Parts: sequence; C-alpha cells; structure tokens
Amino acid sequence: MHESNDRPLLTTRAAELLVSAFFIILASITLWDSLKLGAGWGDFGPESGYFPFYTSLFVILASIGIFLIGLRDKKAAAETFVSVQQFKLVLKVLVPSIIYVALVPLIGIYVSMILFIGFFMMWIGKYNIIKAGAVSIGVTAVLYPTFEIWFRVPLPKGPLEAMLGLN
Amino acid sequence: MEELGLLFQGFGVVISPFNLMLMVIGIVLGVLIGVLPGLGGANGIAILLPLTFTMPPTSAIIMLSCIYWGALFGGAMTSILFNIPGEPWSVATTFDGYPLAQKGNPGGALTAAFTSSFVGAIVAVILITFLSPIIAEFALSFGPPEFFSVYLLTFCAFVGMAKGAALKTIVAMMVGFTLSAVGMDTVTGQLRLTFGFTDLLKGFDFLIAVIGLFGIGEILLTMEEGLEFKGAKAKIDLKIVLNTWKQLPQYWGTFLRGSAVGCFMGIVPGGATPASFMSYGVAKRFAKNPDNFGKGEMEGIVAPETAAHAAGTSALLPMITLGVPGSPTAAVLLGGLLIWGLQPGPLLFQEQADFVWGLIASMYLGNVVGLIIVLTCVPFFAAILRIPFAIIAPIILAVCSIGAYTVANSVFDIYMMVVFGVFGYLLRKLNYPLAPLVLAIVLGNRAEDAFRQSMLYSQGELSIFFSNYLVGSITALSLFLLFLPMVQGFIAKLRKPAAA
Repeated sequence: MHESNDRPLLTTRAAELLVSAFFIILASITLWDSLKLGAGWGDFGPESGYFPFYTSLFVILASIGIFLIGLRDKKAAAETFVSVQQFKLVLKVLVPSIIYVALVPLIGIYVSMILFIGFFMMWIGKYNIIKAGAVSIGVTAVLYPTFEIWFRVPLPKGPLEAMLGLN
Repeated sequence: MEELGLLFQGFGVVISPFNLMLMVIGIVLGVLIGVLPGLGGANGIAILLPLTFTMPPTSAIIMLSCIYWGALFGGAMTSILFNIPGEPWSVATTFDGYPLAQKGNPGGALTAAFTSSFVGAIVAVILITFLSPIIAEFALSFGPPEFFSVYLLTFCAFVGMAKGAALKTIVAMMVGFTLSAVGMDTVTGQLRLTFGFTDLLKGFDFLIAVIGLFGIGEILLTMEEGLEFKGAKAKIDLKIVLNTWKQLPQYWGTFLRGSAVGCFMGIVPGGATPASFMSYGVAKRFAKNPDNFGKGEMEGIVAPETAAHAAGTSALLPMITLGVPGSPTAAVLLGGLLIWGLQPGPLLFQEQADFVWGLIASMYLGNVVGLIIVLTCVPFFAAILRIPFAIIAPIILAVCSIGAYTVANSVFDIYMMVVFGVFGYLLRKLNYPLAPLVLAIVLGNRAEDAFRQSMLYSQGELSIFFSNYLVGSITALSLFLLFLPMVQGFIAKLRKPAAA
C-alpha cells in the first residue's frame, strides 16, 4: 500500500454521523406523510398512517441516539472508515455498474451486459479485447437462451434485438 | 408415530426423476453460490425465485431449499481452502479449518466440515419432523394477538441477542418496517408513502432489497478489500474420507453440543452466524486441550460447522409452522410460498400436507445428496474460486440485475437494487445488522395486519396482548429480550467501578 494514497477519506465517526443523519431526515419525511394520512383511530381501527408513523418515530429516536453516541466517540473519530485508495476501488465497480444499469432501458439488458463485462475485464483485469469479448459474449450467449427460451422470462431488449428480429 | 407415515408419503412425492434432478441442480448451484463472493444463500435464492413461478410449488421449494443446503456446504469450502469465509456463518470455520489445510490435510479438514454440517442438518431435520406438527397444531388456536406477539418476539429477540449496538438493530428493523409500508395499505387500500411516484405504488419488494443489500453490497466490500485468492490445493479421495470418519466419532460430545446450540439459535431467530461462534466457544471450553484451538484442531471445525448447519436448517421450523422465518434465507423462502399462492402458517400442515412433508423429506434427501456432491466435486468448485475477480464480479452483477428485473419486470427495481447495494455496503461497514431489516420488509405487512386486527378486536386496548397466559407470556418474554441490552449495560456499569 502506498502511504500517500492511503490517507483516510472518511473517519468511522463521520460515516456514523452521516448515515444516522440520513435516517433521521428520511424518517422525518415518512413521519410527516404518515401524519397526513392519519395516524390515529379511524373507522377501520388504526388508520393507514398509524404503523408507519410509529416505525418512523422509532427510526428517528434510535438514530438520534446513535448520532449522539457517535458525537462523543473518540475511538471512532480516529478510525478510518474508508481510505482514498479503497474508495477509488469501490468507485471502480460502482460507477460502471451505474452506467450499466442506466443503459438497460436504452439498449436492452443483453447488449449492456456484453459492454459491461467486457469493459470491466479490460479496465480492471487488463485483459485484451479478444479475451474480454469472448467471455462477455459467451456469458450472454448462455444467459439469452436460458431466460428467453428455457424459462420464458423476457428481459428488456433494445434496438439491436429489434434489428435482428429477436423481440 | 403418525409423523413417520406422513414422512414416507413425503418421500413418495420427492422421489420422482424431475424432483431429483432439481435437487442435484439446486445443490450444485447452491455450492457455487456459497463459494462465490457476492452471492449467498439469501440473494442466490432471491435471484432464482422468479424463475420458479411456473413450477409446481413442491418442486420449486425442493430446488430452492437445496440451493440453501448447497450454500451452507459451500461456505466451509472457501473458509478452509482460502481462509475466506464464503458466508458469515463460516467465519468460525476459518479459525481451525485453514490452519489444518495449511498443515497438509485440506482433505481431512473439508471432510470433517462437510460431515459435521451433515450431522447438524440431520439433527435439525429430525427435530423439524417431530416438533413442527406439534407446534403447528398448537398454533392453530392462534388469533391475531398471538401472531402479533410472535412477530414481536422475533424482532425483540434480534435486539436482545444482537452482538452489536441494540440501537442499530432497532434502526435497521424499523427502516425495514417503514419500507414495507410503502405502497398500498393492505387493510384500507389507501396509498401511502409514495409521494406521487408511480414506481413506488407496488411498494418495495424484499427480494430487491436482498439482492442489493447482500449481493451488490458484498461485491463492493470485496472490491474494497482487494481480494487475492491464495489457496491450498484440495484433493479428497476415499481414503482421506474414511480416515477422517474414523477420527470423528471421538468428538460426539462436540457434535451433540453443536447441534443443540444450533437448533436453539435457529428456532429463536439468532441465526447461524452467532450459533457457529457460540458452538466454537463452547467446544473450546469443554476441550481436553483448548490450547490447540486455532492451530488446526479438527474439533474446532466440527463445532462451528455442526452448529451453523443445524441453525440454518432449524430456521425453517418457525417458517413452516408459524410463518415467521428464522433467517434471511428462510425469509426469502417464505416469500416464495406467498408467491406460489401458499399461506405459510399452521394451516399449511392441514391444507398442503403433500407440500410440507415433501419439503421435510427433501431435507433428508437433499443433505445426503449434498454431502456426496461436495465430497466428490471439491476440485471443480475450488477451480471456480480461482477465476479472477475482474471476470467474476461483472458477471455476478449482471446476474443480480437480471434477478432484480424478473421479480416484477421492472427496470426501476434494477435502479433500486444499486441503491440498496450502496446501503448494504455502508450499513455492513457500520455494523448495522441486515437480517432484521430484511425480515421486517418481509413480515411488515403481516405484522401490521395482525396488530390492526387485534386493535379492532379490543377497541384500541393494548391490554389484549396480555389478555391470556399464552399471549401474555410471549409478550412479556419479548419485552424482556427488548430491554435485555439495557439491563446488561446497566449491570456492566455497576460492576466496572467495583472492579477498578
């Protein structure tokens, strides 16, 4: 590991505080919506908002507790949650995955998959295009008949399949 | 011995060429899922569940439960050969399994692990065979208040038995319940928490959450750790197996204790992971030479494996009798029952006897088939582990995305899978438990219905949960478990100044 690259990006305490703050905000929104629905007693017993109101309330209370404990936690403040180096590695999987998922409705799942597996192998694994192409097309060539023909589960398809008449 | 008759009837259902084929496919897929990073029992079954929609329910559950047995076996393989626990419950197996493999006896270590898993599972299945009809019979008299108190017990047990912070267990659980409320209210039909987004109308499917939290989250974690596979070469032949089997009977005490700990922890939703650690600890305490533990002692493999497999198997007991799953994987199977149009719970034993006894019979057979397959195919599975991460990771991600899409034919679900994946990564690193979150999404609506029906019945009086001995004692036990961490914390504080 390179010393310079491996400085902490986020301490465990910061991550702890961020996540609990996020839960407090999220649960406040659901709490408010539950109140709008009615969280009391209606004609059919407890109203629709009753259950989510209390579950949201418990999320908020427990998260405030975690937040307050986190504020005073000196050990967590010195601990690395994720280093710059580690975060880069995580992004290397996450960003291509997000692009892959975004491509699915546009060009269909099969073409996206070929691009994604091939790109990932070439970028992370440093494989040449022939190997990457062989694996990505090979995997897709197994998955296509498995889902479309064997299990009769149609998956999203795009212009390429339309052109080939595979829809 | 009415159960034996029913059990044989179950075997009659299971032993058809189609079902046996599904069993073998299930076990092989399960071991694969168990050894690959990013695929575990829960999300592996979640991905394959939509493919079983058109199968007869009995065949579907045979295949899916066999995936579960396979995954339980597979976890041990990576622990022993690569020192990488494929599943959380096989962490304790690395303590002695990996050293023993390094000492030149990987075959013996694997044989011990698989055999212990098998013994643990069979003990749990025997327990299920004889105990579940009694529990189901008993539960027939349950009304909404009793069911709600059982749900309450399940969730309070998570708080009381958790290793980590109780507050985090509560947050995880309550977030799960809130997510389960999104979409249509099952009682009044009113839409809630959708904020005008049409994609949220159908609510959050727990399968998406499972695939994201466990699958994508795990891939992100694995990537961050920058895994390198350096493993012992594995070879098992008949001689090694027989030699190991000769040594195993001397650990009968460990087998017994491991099975007992496992069955207990599986039925109360403690889960396989704590069971394996607990059993390891107990075995060490009872061992003649505890100092050898951690250095490749066979007993140190027997203990956690027996308990993990016993817990994993007995987690199905509350699932089929009460409709309350004891583990995330059992929760996914429960989701399957609902999708196949079966109502989990005590009535299952009366209305779907073929299904229940077919499932129980397949547990016996599946574990026998599983043991044979893992003992004979170790080199094949170990070779798969040597496929570089750069190839296997995108393939797993792609398969997860297909799984997420097929749940409801919705692209939005694939987006949600990625969101859940990021959360899975964050929450895992911060030690939020994921099992209660998933169970809360699965059980949310059922728990809410039970609560609201009870409230209607009692006109809003909470005292209904103490209205008779049965519901009162379950509720009291739940509250005891809920406040247990607080009491323990208080006692620890009282003791500290005295010790200092």
